[in-house]
Amino acid sequence: MKKLFSMMLALVMVLSLAACGGGSGSGSGDAVSGSGSSGGKTVRIGVFEPSTGDSGAGGKQEMLGMQYANKETPTVEIGGETYNVELVYADNASDASKAPTAASQLVSQDVSLVLGTYGSSSAIAGGPIFGEAGLAAIGVTCTNPGVTAGNDYYFRICFLDPFQGTVLANFAQEKFAAKKAYLLGELGNDYDQGLLNYFEQAFDGDVVKKSFPPNTSDFSTYLNEAVAENADVIFCPVSIAYSTQIVKLAASMGLSIPILGSDTLDSNMVLEAAKGSDVQIYVSTFYQEGGAPDFDNGIKAWLAEDSTAMTNNGGNDTIAAVTAMGYDAYYVALEALKAAGSTDKGAVKAALPSLSYTGVSGAIAFDDVGDAIRDTAYIKTADNAAGAWILETVQTAK
Amino acid sequence: MEKTNKKRLWITLLCAAALLILVTLLENVLDPSKNVMLFISLKKGAVYALVAVSMNLLNGFTGLFSLGQAGFMLLGAYTYAILTIPTDQRDAVYYIYNGSAINFSLPELLGGGPVGLVLGVLLALILGGCVAAAVAWLIGLPVLRLKSDYLAIATLGFGEIIRAVFQWDKLGPVTNGANALKNFPTFSSFNIQGGPRLSTCVAFLLAGICIAVILLLINSTYGRAFKAIRDDEVAAEAMGINLARHKRLSFCISSFFAGVGGGLFAMLVNQAQAKTFTTAMTYEILLIVVIGGIGSVSGSCIAAFLYVAASEWWLRFLDTETVLKNGFKVPFLRTGFRMVVFSVIIMIVVLFFRRGIMGDRELPDLLAGLSGKTRRKEASGK
Amino acid sequence: MQYAISILLSGISLGGQYALIAIGYTLVYGILRLINFAHGDVFMVAGLLMVYLTSFLGGILPPAAVIPAGLLLAVVLTVVLGFVIERAAYKPLREAPRMSVMISAIGVSYLLQNLATYITGGLPQMYPEIPGISKTITIAGVPTKVVTVVTPVLVLVLVVALTQLINHTKIGMAMRAAAKDFETAQLMGIRINAVISVTFVIGSFLAAVGSVLYFTNYPSIVPLSGALPGLRAFVAAVFGGIGSIPGAVVGAFIIGISESVIKGSSWSIFSDAFTFALLIVILVAKPTGLFGEKVTDKV
Repeated sequence: MKKLFSMMLALVMVLSLAACGGGSGSGSGDAVSGSGSSGGKTVRIGVFEPSTGDSGAGGKQEMLGMQYANKETPTVEIGGETYNVELVYADNASDASKAPTAASQLVSQDVSLVLGTYGSSSAIAGGPIFGEAGLAAIGVTCTNPGVTAGNDYYFRICFLDPFQGTVLANFAQEKFAAKKAYLLGELGNDYDQGLLNYFEQAFDGDVVKKSFPPNTSDFSTYLNEAVAENADVIFCPVSIAYSTQIVKLAASMGLSIPILGSDTLDSNMVLEAAKGSDVQIYVSTFYQEGGAPDFDNGIKAWLAEDSTAMTNNGGNDTIAAVTAMGYDAYYVALEALKAAGSTDKGAVKAALPSLSYTGVSGAIAFDDVGDAIRDTAYIKTADNAAGAWILETVQTAK
Repeated sequence: MEKTNKKRLWITLLCAAALLILVTLLENVLDPSKNVMLFISLKKGAVYALVAVSMNLLNGFTGLFSLGQAGFMLLGAYTYAILTIPTDQRDAVYYIYNGSAINFSLPELLGGGPVGLVLGVLLALILGGCVAAAVAWLIGLPVLRLKSDYLAIATLGFGEIIRAVFQWDKLGPVTNGANALKNFPTFSSFNIQGGPRLSTCVAFLLAGICIAVILLLINSTYGRAFKAIRDDEVAAEAMGINLARHKRLSFCISSFFAGVGGGLFAMLVNQAQAKTFTTAMTYEILLIVVIGGIGSVSGSCIAAFLYVAASEWWLRFLDTETVLKNGFKVPFLRTGFRMVVFSVIIMIVVLFFRRGIMGDRELPDLLAGLSGKTRRKEASGK
Repeated sequence: MQYAISILLSGISLGGQYALIAIGYTLVYGILRLINFAHGDVFMVAGLLMVYLTSFLGGILPPAAVIPAGLLLAVVLTVVLGFVIERAAYKPLREAPRMSVMISAIGVSYLLQNLATYITGGLPQMYPEIPGISKTITIAGVPTKVVTVVTPVLVLVLVVALTQLINHTKIGMAMRAAAKDFETAQLMGIRINAVISVTFVIGSFLAAVGSVLYFTNYPSIVPLSGALPGLRAFVAAVFGGIGSIPGAVVGAFIIGISESVIKGSSWSIFSDAFTFALLIVILVAKPTGLFGEKVTDKV
């Protein structure tokens, strides 16, 4: 009897939970973020970004750009009517096994198009869901070629890994006359491994390639090995969680070999880790602070008054390139809505290929695969005394 | 007793058939883009149900506490993916390694078209299971001699090793290294253009057949031997049950179905990538088994659907900051809160409802039990 | 040569930190026969506590007192956490099958990780610098942190103190008795719940100390920070012979050094795989580990 009772209790609990969950689940669709929904029509833009997991930090900074853009321009003119823009979020937890359900969540919430995501593998996992639903997605900083290849509905506004790897390899050779490079990436992370590969292909000279297992926190062996190998540069396009540790370690051991990084290292958390040391860091990125002063000042003011946003930005107001990209992505979405003249997802998708827009990170237009036509990358270096990025050079592909 | 068994079989079959028809109907009647959450949860639930039942076979019915499920799923997923990627897509998928070392694709070998697709997918799934079972046999040789929690930690370690091997770039031309395998047939490939949508139905059908096979096995002589081993190893051995052989058998069969489940999982998430198959995934499946009731197949199935729907669908609103109409900001709601609430629920189940939803009973027992007092006695006295 | 020394140094300091975690596993396993899966997460929580306590205390205490007060509070709170986990999640299951307790441990680990994700918002947290041991020094031409040198010494001191406690005090005797035979110890009038609580308190204390050393070396904390060190420490405990404190320490140093050596070789991606392969080999070849006592199965 007791067993039956306990079982019933468990069932009741689960069911009641299900009921209330189901109820508010549909309710939350109407109340999400509640951005000024006082009258008028509303158009929804899905935000498919990680806010937890190993890309959580990057995803949050990217969302900041969209949130700020949404605050700046909360309405859009579609077909002669003014619509309120509402951002609908779904956390893909940087995990390919959670991405399809997160993507489905957005599809079921009637969004007109989707922005995101930060990590390429989540984008690859979620892409077919958008494709099936006929919903266009704009990749913000997913740089893996596999995201758009073979998926008509995925577009992106950033440059690709092959380009980035090549640019950095060229830079290493031009600036440091590097003959030997030490490459370090996370084992099993396609982003890291892809970039290492392209770098290796473009680099004339010796490379030592190493991978560390996920959740590693002891990088001293690797850095010491780079020293022992007499490497001229270290290339580590790893995610923020690892790069801060590597940079911090390099700073504490007084490493004199320059560290090259990809767009993931372009983060104020890396700056923070390097502050006050002699470590040299160079990163390739989409945007350089100072490129668009209005945007810089505006978002800084917003960060200063919104403490949650400040925390999500890592506690200071240095603007990450992914934030600028998120900002641009939002405006590209608005342009697409305007061009489509309707909130219908099919119309929006049809409007995207011919779209062109000049954002804070440069001109954006799509080629026939859906990738952005971009041929410039900014290379920045860390000023460790001031804790800021300085533009080193603008590199174009050869 | 004979009569009850037959009745149970009929009830089970009827329920399964009704469920299948219902799902197919639903998918074709409801607007797919409005109800996409429902269908993805159903599909994921079906896949997780299969994997949970396969784990239950080992943990609940044979009493071997293994935590290697994610590793076996990985084997199945990769085998399935490698064998079914269309040949003209291989260069695009293996772009880092300049093409794949394996240059055939089962659906094409079997004639292409719808027939080739069905046969190729089935064959690849079965082969995936076989690879998992073969590896299970190999590692079972040393590992199955270990006692309960040592076995758990050794299989856990095995999962980690497998993952590292598949990410090794020397094997890149086969496994695609760290990159995801993709572009292979998925559940959506079974949605006939302009015809009925069958993706959810296929997921249910495949998972259902596998679960049915496991059920038959559990109710056979082997199943009774497994249960005897679970209840008392020494007594079972004294009764003439070959311990090593039966343990190995249970381990291999469980791994086979975990492998098939891995293949289905790849079809669900449209890609196969080693980094998804982590220990956390094994824990997730273990928790499903616990919630459903260790030793109950129907419990595992119900729990799988509840778990997936609750964690990824119904509770998702806990992750969004919500401001009510009157300006009241609901406290605590922000990213990550969903998983906190969810893990608290799991702890409550683990601590206070240790027998889970079903205990070690099955759904037909329960239905038969409700229909009359005498029959209930019979069922529980079984 | 310099490279070899640097590998050895990082191996030794890793080994020392694993040792402190491994003792917690070995003590609990010795008495309860439970792999405390949550132990690695307790270690992670200890690190997070330090981060939040120092930023909180920074506002109310003079700067010089922040770190010592933070350390003290973090250690105390971690010990309380370990105690509470035992009382809430393991004690109610004392009569249940071993599998249930282990599942409960996995559940606690899941809860702690999700809680950490919620509180940190998924952002990596930087461990505060602790004056004295965060400084960089040069040993035989290799730059390293003071903590590398401090770790083995501190481990040695703590282990000696712990063995004294276990061999020469009343509670130590009770712990040994409970490890030998749980039921009989209970019949002899040993308050078994008190003994188990003390075990968890000691384990959590050592994990907290270990976390200070570990995160000083590797300052970024994410919710999964505890999982892998925890598993490696467990392997170390098994390697040394579960239930044996010297065994756990020796095992931890071996695991730490071999991990560091493999990372420096061209097989670096298999460093974790190697640890687990070692575990399987040990379990199969000599299940009692290096120093473990032979246990006879009670039928």
